[in-house]
Amino acid sequence: MTESLDPRIRRADLEASPASSGLKQNEHWETYAIFHQDKRGAAHEFVGIVHAPDPELALVFAKEQFGRRKKTVNLWAVRSSDIYTFQHEDDDMFSTVPDKNYREASGYPVRKRINKYLFDQKEEEASKA
Amino acid sequence: MYGNAYIEPDSELAAKMAASREEDPEKLAEFEARIARGEKIEPDDWMPAEYRRQLLRMIEQHAHSEIIGALPEGTWITRAPTLRRKLALIAKVQDEVGHGHLLYSAAETLGKSREAMINDLISGKSKYSNIFNYPAKTWADIAVIGFLVDAGAIVNQLANAKGSYGPYCRALERICYEESFHLKQGYDAFVALAVGTPVQREMLQDALNRWWFPPMMHFFGPPDTISVHTEKLMRWKVKMASNEEMRQDFIEQYVPKIWELGMTLPDPALRKDEATGVWEYTQPDWDEFFRVINGDGLCNKERLAVRRYAEENGRWVREALMNPIQKRMVPYA
Ligand SMILES: [Fe+2]
Ligand SMILES: [Fe+2]
Repeated sequence: MTESLDPRIRRADLEASPASSGLKQNEHWETYAIFHQDKRGAAHEFVGIVHAPDPELALVFAKEQFGRRKKTVNLWAVRSSDIYTFQHEDDDMFSTVPDKNYREASGYPVRKRINKYLFDQKEEEASKA
Repeated sequence: MYGNAYIEPDSELAAKMAASREEDPEKLAEFEARIARGEKIEPDDWMPAEYRRQLLRMIEQHAHSEIIGALPEGTWITRAPTLRRKLALIAKVQDEVGHGHLLYSAAETLGKSREAMINDLISGKSKYSNIFNYPAKTWADIAVIGFLVDAGAIVNQLANAKGSYGPYCRALERICYEESFHLKQGYDAFVALAVGTPVQREMLQDALNRWWFPPMMHFFGPPDTISVHTEKLMRWKVKMASNEEMRQDFIEQYVPKIWELGMTLPDPALRKDEATGVWEYTQPDWDEFFRVINGDGLCNKERLAVRRYAEENGRWVREALMNPIQKRMVPYA
């Protein structure tokens, strides 16, 4: 190996370091999903994962990775295995009848009914007179 | 940085096996229709084995390139010429490591663990961008890398960000945002030397000469051979532009910026054919390209040794912190 141009690497003496025994599964710990909040009161939004041994360090890593540039007031870390979710292949469970106006304010034309009532009243009075 | 513009092809046998795997024709047709409609494929969607394999290779190699790419630049952190340049370089190198992290995460959604990816990097099984197997000899090299290598990466990453795999596209969106800072600070350092003293200009010219040929001209890889295979990768929006298209795009955008400052590039044949709009240039030595990819470059050994050193010497810390009841899973997104 030619001598490194990096003084820190020269000091590390790479040749003397042990040969790699390879990383074991899980050696980089488990993953935490990170949720980012950009102002007080705003919803936390999923931004990615970090690998960490515990929630405290997950937050430390998340601060570096997801809070170092854009505006951040808070982060949540949730162990990935603690997230419960539907399968996307079951998406059809969310589809309902096409006409959902019974769920909307606009589905209740109250004023129309009142106007008809008032009109009919007036007609009736007029016919009595 | 560091769009890993050139993706080392797989062994012929593995490629044949995956490509010949019979996929359910109905599912395959629906998958291709979704991509044609511009929809993104998400981790728990059905996908052909070949699609998963190619994406994983691509994202993994891109991640390795970010991590290894931090090394030649890191070389100059202790010797940056001013405090402001040092702050910029530290911030950039941290971003690059962050890019590696984002990309490993995207690759993990396809089912390969980060440990397995790092093992494949250290053993030499998995590749990374060749350009980082060349040494950064002077501060001017850092200016040239920050300007031109990041510019090349942006060309590549902007193309890939329009690809079909959701998690990769989202990672690239954030990465491209940070790359614009990398490019600008690199250009700024480049211009500072170019408009400086004769000694500074000479230093910059020397760095340009070394980085143009071969590493920069190798960056996007050899012109693709048009095969059924590349045609399929393009239809699946895994590969978004040909190597030559990206190289032309890069030259078109950045060569004029170099010439404007009175700097030269070590290729007398480099010129734009005004009639066709195509840039002509001398083909770099592609044998050297393959030699370096296969381990025989100036810095390959050092780069991997540093990576191995970091993993080996960090192990006791990771073990001390280990939670014995952790549960492993493929992240959802
Ligand atoms: Fe960059
Ligand atoms: Fe990068």
